[in-house]
Amino acid sequence: MSKSPVLEVKNISMIYHTLNGEVKAIENIDFEVYEGEIIGIVGPSGCGKSTLLSIISGLIKPSSGQVIVKGKRITKPSKNIGYMFQRDQLFEWRTILQNVLLGLEIQNKVDKKAVEKAERLLDTYGLGEFKASYPRQLSGGMRQRAALIRTLMVEPELLLLDEPFSALDYQTRLAISDEIGLILKKENITTLMVTHDIAEAISISDRVIILSNRPATIKEIIDIKLTCPENRWSPINCREAPEFRHYFNRIWKELDIHV
Amino acid sequence: MYNKVSREHINYLNKLRRRKKIILITQVAIFVVGLILWELAAQLSLIDTFLTSSPSQIWSTFLRLAREGNLFYHVGISVFENVVGFTAGTLLGVIIAIGLWWSDFAAKVAEPYLVVLNSLPKTALAPIVIIWIGTGYDGIIVTAITVSIVITIMNMYNSFISVDEDKIKLLKTFGASKYQIFKKVVFPHSIPDMISTLKVNIGLSWVGVIVGEFLVSRAGIGWLLVYGSQVFQFDLIMMGIFILAIISVAMYKIVSIIENKFTKWNQ
Repeated sequence: MSKSPVLEVKNISMIYHTLNGEVKAIENIDFEVYEGEIIGIVGPSGCGKSTLLSIISGLIKPSSGQVIVKGKRITKPSKNIGYMFQRDQLFEWRTILQNVLLGLEIQNKVDKKAVEKAERLLDTYGLGEFKASYPRQLSGGMRQRAALIRTLMVEPELLLLDEPFSALDYQTRLAISDEIGLILKKENITTLMVTHDIAEAISISDRVIILSNRPATIKEIIDIKLTCPENRWSPINCREAPEFRHYFNRIWKELDIHV
Repeated sequence: MYNKVSREHINYLNKLRRRKKIILITQVAIFVVGLILWELAAQLSLIDTFLTSSPSQIWSTFLRLAREGNLFYHVGISVFENVVGFTAGTLLGVIIAIGLWWSDFAAKVAEPYLVVLNSLPKTALAPIVIIWIGTGYDGIIVTAITVSIVITIMNMYNSFISVDEDKIKLLKTFGASKYQIFKKVVFPHSIPDMISTLKVNIGLSWVGVIVGEFLVSRAGIGWLLVYGSQVFQFDLIMMGIFILAIISVAMYKIVSIIENKFTKWNQ
């Protein structure tokens, strides 16, 4: 890893202020992400995972620390960072094609080439015949795929996924996380994914960051090396790797969840 | 699967259709039977037509006034006042709601005032409005506006702030300005609410128009009603009410057609 990192998170801390006092949400988080890597972030619920993503995206300012993307400090939302939410957030009143073009429309960059690119991406990822459909006519998985294409259209240097599959039912979730994992690898998108699904994190990620209970600190960063079938790498196939189980147990123990 | 329709499915569809038909027939029947009973009771002198009028008398009053040309003048004036009233009430209400959405501070400051104004019966303001604005159309139109504007502001403001936070976040990650956030998500999200507010406003503006006409006018359906009661002509009053009902239904239908056009994505 001699290349310079795409994302540097430097010593981020975050304190929330409310009428009743202050809450330390995040403490001294520090890590780097390199080009093409997919990083999973797991942690107990309510530990501040989503807050961390919001900070990295520039939507909220940390109490201290810095976020640097490709050498530039992030202080406000940036066009270089794509964000995907738990729910697809497609606009019900727009067709799929119009939804996919939303980001470029905001940036006044819609032209013939952009539309062609959007159509090509929709064709490639199986939504070609739904260009003129409205979101409600699509299944949950298809909608989430459309949301990903919407994000990819603005060509982000870094993609943030905030539990992107958790609103889907289990089977759709397996299928769509597999597909999206493949798309991310194919398009070589540097990705940071927050999830509470340990198996999902292991199967997609190159590294998994484990966060502690509130205030969130990094407990451990685990390199994931799965012996997946060489010519047919995919998150689902990787779940069959012999090491999968060990990683699962290790992360589970680290999370130290008591109910 | 869609090509071949099973016998059971046909039965199911028929059943739905039959039920719809029966409901419609019953609705029409209640109206027609009501009219017939009313007319019969009047003809057989079971009721005093001086106090209740009768369908045939209402109809002949309608024909007489229509022939004399006065009727359409009165109806035209009231419809004009109503249309200007609810259009202006809705537009102004939406514009003020946009202002409140834009400035959270303004919204917080305005809140108690809106609550008080909303619970106040707006027709109580009609005498003041008419003294201030005048006794012509303008006074009546402003009365109609006061009836609908406050509820429009409240409904639309609530609709604007009910947009999913993540949708706004999404636009921010694309680098959207506040104006773009409003134009791309907040406003389109609120169009269905705007149309239902418009529907309510038609009715509210009629309240304003009729009350205004009661108070000052020399023309309009409200004036016809007042005149009818002063000279004790029940035919005239009943006819005025029938015409109001018919116009209201027609306007409601027009808005429904507009609604279908703007909410294609929801069908």
